[in-house]
Amino acid sequence: MDSRRLPRAVIDPKVRQVGFFTSCDPPPARSLSVPADTGASAIVPTDMSSSPPLTDIYITNNSFSSVRIPPPRQVSAEGLHSLGRAAGSTTSVFAHDVLSPHCWEGIQMPIGSYNSSEFMQGKSSMLSPSSSRFDDIDFSEEEATSACLIRTGSGKEAAAFPRSSGEVMMAIKSGANAPAKSALKTASVVKALPEVTGIQAAVPFHFSFEEKDGGTSIEKQNEGIGAARSKQKTTKAERRAIQEVQRAAKAAAKDAGKGAKSTFASSGGALAVAKQAKSAILPSQTKYGSSVASERRVDRNPDKDGKKDVSQSSMQFDDKSRVEKAKRRAAVGHFEARNSVELFRHLPQYEHGPQLQYLESKFFHLDHIHPSVYKVGLQYLTGSTSGGNARCKEMLLAFQEAVMDYSTPPEKTPARDLTSKISSYVSFLIACRPLSISMGNAIRFLKNRIAKLDHNISESEAKSNLLSDIDRFINEKIIVADKVIVHHAVTKIRDGDVLLIYGHSTVVEMILLQAHELGKQFRIVVVDSRPKLEGKALLRKLVMKGLSCTYTHLNAISYIMHEVTRVFLGASSILSNGTIYSRVGTACVAMVSHTFRVPVLICCEAYKFNERVLLDSICSNELGDPDVISKVHGRDGLNDLENCYDATPSDYVSMIVTEHGMIPPTSVPVIFREYGRDQLFF
Amino acid sequence: MWRRSASFVLDKRQLAQASPPHQQILLSSDDMEPNNLPNPNPSTDHGISAYYQTRAEHHAVVTSDWLAQAQAAVTRNAAVPEVLPKIAATGGSRAAGSGKAFSVIDEFNYWRKKPDLAEAVAAIMALAAFIRSSEATTMMELEIELKKASDTLKSWDTTSISLSAGCDLFMRYVTRTSALEYEDFNAAKLRLIERGEKFGEISLKARRTIAMLGQDFVFDGSTILVHGYSRVVLEVLKLAASNRKMFRVLCTEGRPDRTGLRFSNELAQLGVPVKLLIDSAVAYTMDEVDMVFVGADGVVESGGIINMMGTYQIALVAHCMNKPVYVAAESYKFARLYPLDQKDLAPAIRPIEFGVPIPSGVEVERNARDYTPPQYLTLLFTDLGVLTPSVVSDELIQLYL
Repeated sequence: MDSRRLPRAVIDPKVRQVGFFTSCDPPPARSLSVPADTGASAIVPTDMSSSPPLTDIYITNNSFSSVRIPPPRQVSAEGLHSLGRAAGSTTSVFAHDVLSPHCWEGIQMPIGSYNSSEFMQGKSSMLSPSSSRFDDIDFSEEEATSACLIRTGSGKEAAAFPRSSGEVMMAIKSGANAPAKSALKTASVVKALPEVTGIQAAVPFHFSFEEKDGGTSIEKQNEGIGAARSKQKTTKAERRAIQEVQRAAKAAAKDAGKGAKSTFASSGGALAVAKQAKSAILPSQTKYGSSVASERRVDRNPDKDGKKDVSQSSMQFDDKSRVEKAKRRAAVGHFEARNSVELFRHLPQYEHGPQLQYLESKFFHLDHIHPSVYKVGLQYLTGSTSGGNARCKEMLLAFQEAVMDYSTPPEKTPARDLTSKISSYVSFLIACRPLSISMGNAIRFLKNRIAKLDHNISESEAKSNLLSDIDRFINEKIIVADKVIVHHAVTKIRDGDVLLIYGHSTVVEMILLQAHELGKQFRIVVVDSRPKLEGKALLRKLVMKGLSCTYTHLNAISYIMHEVTRVFLGASSILSNGTIYSRVGTACVAMVSHTFRVPVLICCEAYKFNERVLLDSICSNELGDPDVISKVHGRDGLNDLENCYDATPSDYVSMIVTEHGMIPPTSVPVIFREYGRDQLFF
Repeated sequence: MWRRSASFVLDKRQLAQASPPHQQILLSSDDMEPNNLPNPNPSTDHGISAYYQTRAEHHAVVTSDWLAQAQAAVTRNAAVPEVLPKIAATGGSRAAGSGKAFSVIDEFNYWRKKPDLAEAVAAIMALAAFIRSSEATTMMELEIELKKASDTLKSWDTTSISLSAGCDLFMRYVTRTSALEYEDFNAAKLRLIERGEKFGEISLKARRTIAMLGQDFVFDGSTILVHGYSRVVLEVLKLAASNRKMFRVLCTEGRPDRTGLRFSNELAQLGVPVKLLIDSAVAYTMDEVDMVFVGADGVVESGGIINMMGTYQIALVAHCMNKPVYVAAESYKFARLYPLDQKDLAPAIRPIEFGVPIPSGVEVERNARDYTPPQYLTLLFTDLGVLTPSVVSDELIQLYL
């Protein structure tokens, strides 16, 4: 009894660490520093050797961008009163950003090839408000348009954009408590003084460099000014000039400061100095740099691919500029929805009619989409393939064909190229119909498989591995899982039961047929609802098999519930708080059954589980064709809403039947913990 | 609230020693338990309220005939509580009938008779003994034989949850134990036997652990309602009493086996103030109760419990009045079952004596236990710790992963 508790190893919580962190001791002031580095901060990345010294400056303008830069950790003597100024500068930056969107684009400094990774899994999204996601999406465009972007040879992270073009010099103190307040300080040392150098457009705001050697802090003033930051178009030449100035000042600072030197300098020379410095900051700072660099290297591949599919679901469609951006890079065009309900404007609007015509006309132009994927996409669009399992299966089979026909272009690795191919297919499928959560899981599985392909094996071998992986997924997670669920659920049907079903769930249908085959005597109430009337097809199948059925509509649910003894429901997804995300109307059925104390059984395969938490059905939903709701013409201000899914709170659910057994809704997170790690997705 | 205060309990206790009339009656009825026990109505009619007498006359429920029959029933059934083994009422009645199927059952019955051994532990002991006597020569063979033995054991009493849970648990050990890694078959076998024997100790230790955990919840001056006879609950209360906690216990009668009477007897011997209630007086007394303590026959996957008939209604009443319901159960009672409602379990039929002939054409509900859903339980005291009901499923998933 005791021994079984032993093997429970301490699992690292799946917390994504954002920002700089060391494995040993996190700096005390991290949380404090995050907002402050909104101002302008710079570090010297660690792999200096490979990159030209001048360009190794980061300037992050929004602290939440995907460029995670450690806030400089210094302390100045004037720590406290600078705080006020820091706030000032921060707000000014924001104001500026609002004012000039173009600038914003320029400033969204993508690092190297890309590192959206952390955000794409949607796990850290609270740390990354949409802006970061946004600039991930737009990266390629930005790269092209921002002429001022300077990239280093390594191309990894040392892109420098001296937007502020100021001299970035840091106050540094050799005190032991250095890391604590540094971030605040960083922002605070920004001085806005009138520009002397005559660079008109540039906004050189300057950091003072304080050297503290023996307790006195000398403030070295700078020649800069932070004039109008809003007009910030600097040319390359200007920026060069500024950097020259910077470098000169740095040299001066170096001479002056005998003791501690800034790691925070903007040139490679400064780093060299910094390395010798005795300051307590240095070790940790360099460590930060390196840990992030390595982390980034590791992270990039597997996570990058999460990009597109998530971007769709997490995008707020009521944000015009973002929708524009997304549209530009989408494989197929989107169409404006004619009417939309205010509360649901953030969701992708339904656009079936024009979309279908558009896709048909574009058939020969979209040659990068594999025909089988194209076929499946059109099936989604027309609705001939529907239902979570069917859609997922079709998609995987289409991907299988696409993989079969795939050949790696020269000078590309299959792991990367195929991933981007799949991503483009996925974005095509999204254009046809938003992905279901189960499909998202399947895609994640596939991309993980691709990313983990061994580089040494031949292409044909890799392909056959992938094909068998997809087969295995379909077989294990869908077909066999369904059988196990049926096996479990049948035990809950007794003679004389009256079962109520709603919607058209394949697994529920299998359960009923199996119970009938076993000779159980029971009766079925099929509840249906407009506009899809999916129950009719199910009713037909059941009656054909000789089951005794009653057909009614959702309106009669409270009338019919008296005679019901069990409610069987399917689910599109089950979320980690036990919420059931399913066909719209399910919540109503579950609530009425709960009120009548009729047990509600949810039958769902474990691959449809999602770690997200949903509290209502507004935040995340899919919109269907609003025209099927009603056909009232010539109306103003009347907008129809057809949402496809709703969220059933876990209170109304008695039991969830999965292939891992019958569990209460409170145990959904346990399934993630015990099975999700090794089996479900990877 | 005055009667909840510690001083009140203390006073009561002193009064009891000074033989106050009420307490005296209670104690005396405990003392002469074996004879007097099944007789709810003393033949003299003193103390019976006029209301009740009127009612009896009007409905002709209690007559002198009935009383005579009841008296006869008493003498007939006087020995019943002693005959019934301490463990499960379900097992006792059929112990003799089906014992000859396989030696494992004899073995099981042998262990089951031991007073302090729970049924699950007895099953595991029996299986361990089976391994010892097995003539299998390979691990696989042993496993198959063991599976057969555990199946016969389970089918011998399909209604016992802790029996099947114990068997399952042992089978889990055999199939996933590191014993399989031993190269020498005999070493592996020895290890399995060793494990089985460890279980007896674990069982006793589990009860002690639970008592340690549970007694913290008993505070001075509290009134505790208990239902049925549970050794774990008794252990908790014993420990609490030995820690000089001042508390009062209300025992339900526990018809039809009157387990409550026995329980109250044990408590009275410990010097704990006890009051007996008939089963239908639970709601009446619930306002003076601070917490409800029950044991469990089995703890199911939803976090609910299966226990002696009447637990569900006590939990419902307690839930209504916002009183906590605590369950004390060892973790070998965790079963991979998920009843959706009361009828979703194989009923454990038991004979019920009404003392009078049942009118013809009347059915009797003979099920011995009910299912209490998790939302009516507050906490479970187990040897794995104090758990909320939702953790049970977590533990079970881990166990049967």
